[in-house]
Amino acid sequence: MISAHWPLLSLIIWLPIIGGVLVLASGDQDSRVTKWLALFIALVTFLMSLGLWSGFQPGTAAMQFVERETWVPLFGMTYTLGVDGIALPLILLTTFMTPLVVVAGWEIIRFRPSQYLAAFLVMEGLMVGVFSALDAMLFYVFWEAMLIPMFVIIGIWGGANRVYASIKFFIYTFLGSVLMLLALIYLRLHSGSFDILGYHAVKLGLGEQTWIFLAFLAAFAVKVPMWPVHTWLPDAHVEAPTGGSVILAALMLKVGGYGFLRFSLPITPDASLSLDWLIIAMSLIAIVYIGFVALIQEDMKKLIAYSSIAHMGFVTLGFFTVFAIVRHTGSSNGAVLGMEGGMVQMISHGFISGALFLCVGVLYDRLHSRQIRDYGGIVNVMPVFAALMVFFAMANAGLPGTSGFIGEFMVILASFQANGWYAFLAATTLILGAAYSLWMVKRVIFGAVKSPGVAQLSDVNTREFFVLGVLAVMVLLLGLWPAPLVQMMDSSIQHLIQHISASKL
Amino acid sequence: MTLPLIPLPEILLLATACGVLILDLFLAADRQRWMVYLLAQGGLIAAIASVLVFSSGDPQGLFSGSYIRDPLSDLSKIFLFLTVALTLIYGKDYLRQRGQFTGEYLALTLFATLGMSVMASAHGFLTLYLGLELLALSLYTLAALDRDSPQAAEAAMKYFVLGSMASGFLLYGISLFYGITGSVDFGRIAEVLQQKPGDPVAVFALVFVVAGIAFKFGAVPFHVWVPDLYQGTPTSVALLVGSAPKIAALVIAMRVFAGALDPLSSHWQAMLTLIVVLSMGLGNLVAIAQTHIKRMLAYSAMSHAGFILLGLLTSSAEGQGAAIFYAVTYALTATAAFGLLMVLSRQGFEVENLEQLKGLNDRSPWYAAMMLLVMFSMSGVPPLVGFYAKLAVLQAALQANLMGLALIAVLFSVVGAYYYLRVIKLMYFDRDEDSKNPVPLLTVGSDVRLAIGFNALLLLVLGISPSGLLAYCQAAVSL
Repeated sequence: MISAHWPLLSLIIWLPIIGGVLVLASGDQDSRVTKWLALFIALVTFLMSLGLWSGFQPGTAAMQFVERETWVPLFGMTYTLGVDGIALPLILLTTFMTPLVVVAGWEIIRFRPSQYLAAFLVMEGLMVGVFSALDAMLFYVFWEAMLIPMFVIIGIWGGANRVYASIKFFIYTFLGSVLMLLALIYLRLHSGSFDILGYHAVKLGLGEQTWIFLAFLAAFAVKVPMWPVHTWLPDAHVEAPTGGSVILAALMLKVGGYGFLRFSLPITPDASLSLDWLIIAMSLIAIVYIGFVALIQEDMKKLIAYSSIAHMGFVTLGFFTVFAIVRHTGSSNGAVLGMEGGMVQMISHGFISGALFLCVGVLYDRLHSRQIRDYGGIVNVMPVFAALMVFFAMANAGLPGTSGFIGEFMVILASFQANGWYAFLAATTLILGAAYSLWMVKRVIFGAVKSPGVAQLSDVNTREFFVLGVLAVMVLLLGLWPAPLVQMMDSSIQHLIQHISASKL
Repeated sequence: MTLPLIPLPEILLLATACGVLILDLFLAADRQRWMVYLLAQGGLIAAIASVLVFSSGDPQGLFSGSYIRDPLSDLSKIFLFLTVALTLIYGKDYLRQRGQFTGEYLALTLFATLGMSVMASAHGFLTLYLGLELLALSLYTLAALDRDSPQAAEAAMKYFVLGSMASGFLLYGISLFYGITGSVDFGRIAEVLQQKPGDPVAVFALVFVVAGIAFKFGAVPFHVWVPDLYQGTPTSVALLVGSAPKIAALVIAMRVFAGALDPLSSHWQAMLTLIVVLSMGLGNLVAIAQTHIKRMLAYSAMSHAGFILLGLLTSSAEGQGAAIFYAVTYALTATAAFGLLMVLSRQGFEVENLEQLKGLNDRSPWYAAMMLLVMFSMSGVPPLVGFYAKLAVLQAALQANLMGLALIAVLFSVVGAYYYLRVIKLMYFDRDEDSKNPVPLLTVGSDVRLAIGFNALLLLVLGISPSGLLAYCQAAVSL
């Protein structure tokens, strides 16, 4: 049995990182060894994270599996890890998606597979580190270190315009992060250590809070990404290899959303309250405007990338309507709904967008084109694949019974309590999302067989079917029975709402 | 311990340098040069050992207090000697290939090291000037080591003319301070200046001292010699100019500004603020436009000098600790960078244009990975040590309420990230299409490979656990 004394979080962080180095060292002489080793490490990590889940007590908002070691005492930096109901679902999502990405690239990546797989494993460890760090500098180290493997993944295995995309990605995110770094240092000088929970308790004036809030916003808005700093995402996605797109969309964007919950809201509640209009406006613009932008895309990956931005708008909307809801109704029930909706939306988007990128990857591997106009009539030659892709597109549009519906519905329901207009604008996504998802499906999947190339396509093989099938099961499961996920995070969200309702002034 | 043994590191260095000169006379051929090389390395190692053996917490003075041995001098000497030892290892095969691995090179390097060592222990303007000139004269000569190259001669000439002018400035400032205070001792100068607040002559003299020291840092606007020197001289000499002297310059800057001229702190802080902003701005922006890799490193060195001086200008113990940590880690990083350039230079060819790094990952993945570490460390991305250096400086700056400067610093480091990334891009993302039959890499001994690996991985190890070195640096300044 998993003992409470095991440093389980450290294992989940360091096993993939050290494993990644081993995979790198194994070299490209025999890529079968490399691949099986990478898959083995990813699976063991996933199993260990299940241990985390089984040992997790959902009834409390306190941090669990806490580990604390000294690290740099001079700066008050400690190696402190722990998870609560907000971090755990995201960690599980990370460890769940990584083996799938390894399998998805199994036969596709022929150029330096050892470096490719190593980058993904290192990335996994770093992301779990981001979600479980309770020391601000440890968080920052993981946060920034994450850029290195992603930069390399896009730059080496990406498409034609990969260099531009990778450098744009790096500079954008780096710019946001350094401002956050200043905020973190400033907070440390006030609270005496880099302890994040200590940051939550520190008293700050409204002016200070506003600056800190904006610095955090610079970092998290770029990662989410929110309109108008979203422009790196379509470039990065289009040029990244399939696995890179999956990790970007399914996991890396979540880091930004997580940052709002762990830093912005609890550390600067008053600034969040006074600037919630800004975030809500940015979120609604993302939902409506980016929805229209997605509609006209010619490139499937770009379309999904824009749809990701629109869906992440729901996440930030759910997080920041809480103030308006409390103001409007006087109770925090609606606020909990909105925030949990945002969380569910993050997890669900992880599955759906990851699956859609994998679908595009399946097509791209066969025809080497991502353009919608090059396809048509796929259903005639690839019936199994067509069924799966239509299902994921429906989920992306928010079809009831899929996970996409739950998150969006919770957020819309909550935003009704804040302002009818918010709900109205947010609900347009049900139309827009259906429009761009289904229109793409119509053009790609249905109709007559477009070209001789399409006519010769072969249906998904076992490996591809397995990856997409697992994701389809997860989307359906979460859509029909979201209770375990909601229960897991409920106490932590309740606690967070309670914390941010109290002014720090 | 008896007093005369305090400057043992300097005695050892001087003896070794003289020994190298004499022994080299009796060596018949280049084949036997390894003997002097080993003697030089032995001298450096013995000097490090002598620092370690005699180090203690209490400062000890000598020659009426003009020479001092304290934790700061110990720390800086250890890293000075270490980087010079690495420089000699990297330069050995590179220079031998070019027929420049002479006894004079070794002796002059040792004299330059002796000069830096004296600077690190200077506690009076006279000692400081002696050390500085010994360093400068050795470096002028080393810059012209490649006698037949017009480029090297030009670089050496520029360096010599501008360097002598800077020395002149410094000497003029020193003479004015001597005129005001009647002493060249740092402690005495501080005492006298304390009693004459706002003396205009002192501020006038300060301008010259700041200019002289900023020149040694290669900080903007006293930077014009740096790119030409880096480009024109053999890489091994550029390395010697670009790494260790930063540490020595920082130590004298700390002793002069935070020690002797502390009463004038509001004045030198204003001047340094300007230098910091200009160095970071110009260094980072101009580096983007460079196609020559050594020129790019020269401009990047200016931006790092800006960061080091930012730590100094906080005039707090934290800031000084941060500055010395930054200088030490930067010296190690720059040593690795130039060392890699030397290893990658082919027989008879220099690595000059950035383009020549294209596709390095295909040719030698190990060196590409080491260069990757160096570049990410320079751009300040965790988990490499460059990040903690920047973190320490920024923390001290925020503590001193220098929010504006901290903001400028981080924004320019984002600009800086661009050109470091470009190097990585060339190595990893681009393929080398031009060279169908590439010239073989320089054949280097396993000692060089080992040293490069140690040097670059040290950046990563210190990045994961920077605690020890940080505490050491902080302890060295907080007395």
